[in-house]
Amino acid sequence: MSLDKILSLGQTALELGLVNALTVLALFLSYSMLNVCDLSTDGCFTLGAAIGAIVALSGHPWLSLPAAMLAGMLSGFVTALLQTRMGVQSLLAGIVVNTGLYSVNMALTGSKAQLNMNKTVTVFSLAKDALKGTALGGQFKLIVLLVAVALVILFLSLFLRTRLGLAIRATGSNADMVRSSSINPVFTTTVGLCISNSFTALSGCLMAQQQKSFDINMGSGMVTVALASLLIGGVFLGRRSVPLRAIGAVLGAFIFRLVYALALRLNMPAFMLKAVSSLIVVLAISGPYLKTQGGLMLRRYRASRERGLA
Amino acid sequence: MLRLCDVSKTFHPGTADAKLALDHLSLHVHPGDFISIIGANGAGKSTLFNAICGSFLPDTGTVYLDGKNITMMPEHKRAKQIGRLFQDPMRGSAPDMSIEENLYLAAGIGGWLAHITSANKKAFRDRLALLGMGLEDRMKQPVGLLSGGQRQALTLLMATYQTPKVLLLDEHTAALDPGTAEKVLSLTRSIVEENKITCLMITHNMQSALDLGNRTLMMDRGRIIYDVSGEERAKLTMRDLTDRFRQASGRALDNDRMLLS
Repeated sequence: MSLDKILSLGQTALELGLVNALTVLALFLSYSMLNVCDLSTDGCFTLGAAIGAIVALSGHPWLSLPAAMLAGMLSGFVTALLQTRMGVQSLLAGIVVNTGLYSVNMALTGSKAQLNMNKTVTVFSLAKDALKGTALGGQFKLIVLLVAVALVILFLSLFLRTRLGLAIRATGSNADMVRSSSINPVFTTTVGLCISNSFTALSGCLMAQQQKSFDINMGSGMVTVALASLLIGGVFLGRRSVPLRAIGAVLGAFIFRLVYALALRLNMPAFMLKAVSSLIVVLAISGPYLKTQGGLMLRRYRASRERGLA
Repeated sequence: MLRLCDVSKTFHPGTADAKLALDHLSLHVHPGDFISIIGANGAGKSTLFNAICGSFLPDTGTVYLDGKNITMMPEHKRAKQIGRLFQDPMRGSAPDMSIEENLYLAAGIGGWLAHITSANKKAFRDRLALLGMGLEDRMKQPVGLLSGGQRQALTLLMATYQTPKVLLLDEHTAALDPGTAEKVLSLTRSIVEENKITCLMITHNMQSALDLGNRTLMMDRGRIIYDVSGEERAKLTMRDLTDRFRQASGRALDNDRMLLS
């Protein structure tokens, strides 16, 4: 493999990693902070992509970003409403919203499962024109994505230090304590899910514009891919301060994409992506458990052997 | 101050498991009262606290705090005026967050977008120093690293940071070792006395039920069967209490934990 190829491999991984990183940061907020496993992530990602595609196609590339985020927020609000006010279990609320979003997304695109944006003005093509002729001209995609990810990390770092942000963290850690601090956990859960889903939708919006196409299935399995990235990031920067953990989440997304890109080079078929991400999630979550169980079994085995010898 | 009028609560009504946890209970707590509450398991002591806190809506009756009807007020809104400590030291604080972050939320200072200032930190430091556990030098550490006694002391500080009108202590030293329990109890006493907080304490320790406070309630089957204060209480011994229980309820106070302690 030539150096050029390795560099381009790294660049693709970095670009895809950064797009995914926004979803990973969304899960960092909902899964790591709020302790809610938000299974509406897949549908919300596609929702953002659909909005991003439609609004860009109608000639408003900048507007597509806040529009997608607003749509994501709305989706998060519904998920939160179901689990806090209507007695639907947290996991089920996500699944139900996820299913419903498929129809919503189809309705948004006018029953088209695919949209083509080859000649559409997107935030990426705008950045390309703006940076034309400068030294950074070739890296316009990277720059747009870096700015977006940096802004989200900055927001999360500042937000999670505020009283509201701390209350959201406390809701994931001990909801009783939140209530006794005169804060309504229903409110913190709702705010947390709205913000987190707005990032997921932003992620989808940028993905559609970067690929210049929309596909109704582009979000499927996203929650597992993002969780895998989040857990990989946790291995490196898990027990640190909140900003470092957020950076770790982005790092995880990049590493995940890099490993995946390398695996593709080694002739792993593309459809294996989801199996690999499932495996990573299972390993990262059950790893510590299996380790203690393995230790116990080893001790039992030794004890029984010693008894046998005595 | 705090008044409960004719409060009843049945759990699992209409089923074979139906349990009358509070039986038309009325109680008038005077400002500055320190009430100790004793009774066998299942007598309704914790349910009484739940009714005061608003963990559930009573089937009948009204709860007044400072003359205001709070029966329908949601739990988190009452929490501003009612502090509560549980037997489980883990229940009062968020383990993944630092001591100062926990205190900041409990203190309720500033708006939603405010953050911890150096003035806040200094105030937290001073308060933590009063506990005499060295926590003031560990403010950045996650609460999950503290021992049970330290966490309970921190919870006490959190519950009283903004002086509550009523403090409810639900056997808050029962899960601690005797030395630590003694320490947390004396901290409780000094904080309550210093801020003149009206206080209700559930205990299984008969001696501290008589030693602490100015009034003692005995509960059985969702009712208050004995309410004693003043001179009569001053003359009371542990033996009197157990006799009194047998007499009022028609059975022995059959709780090993209570008799031994």
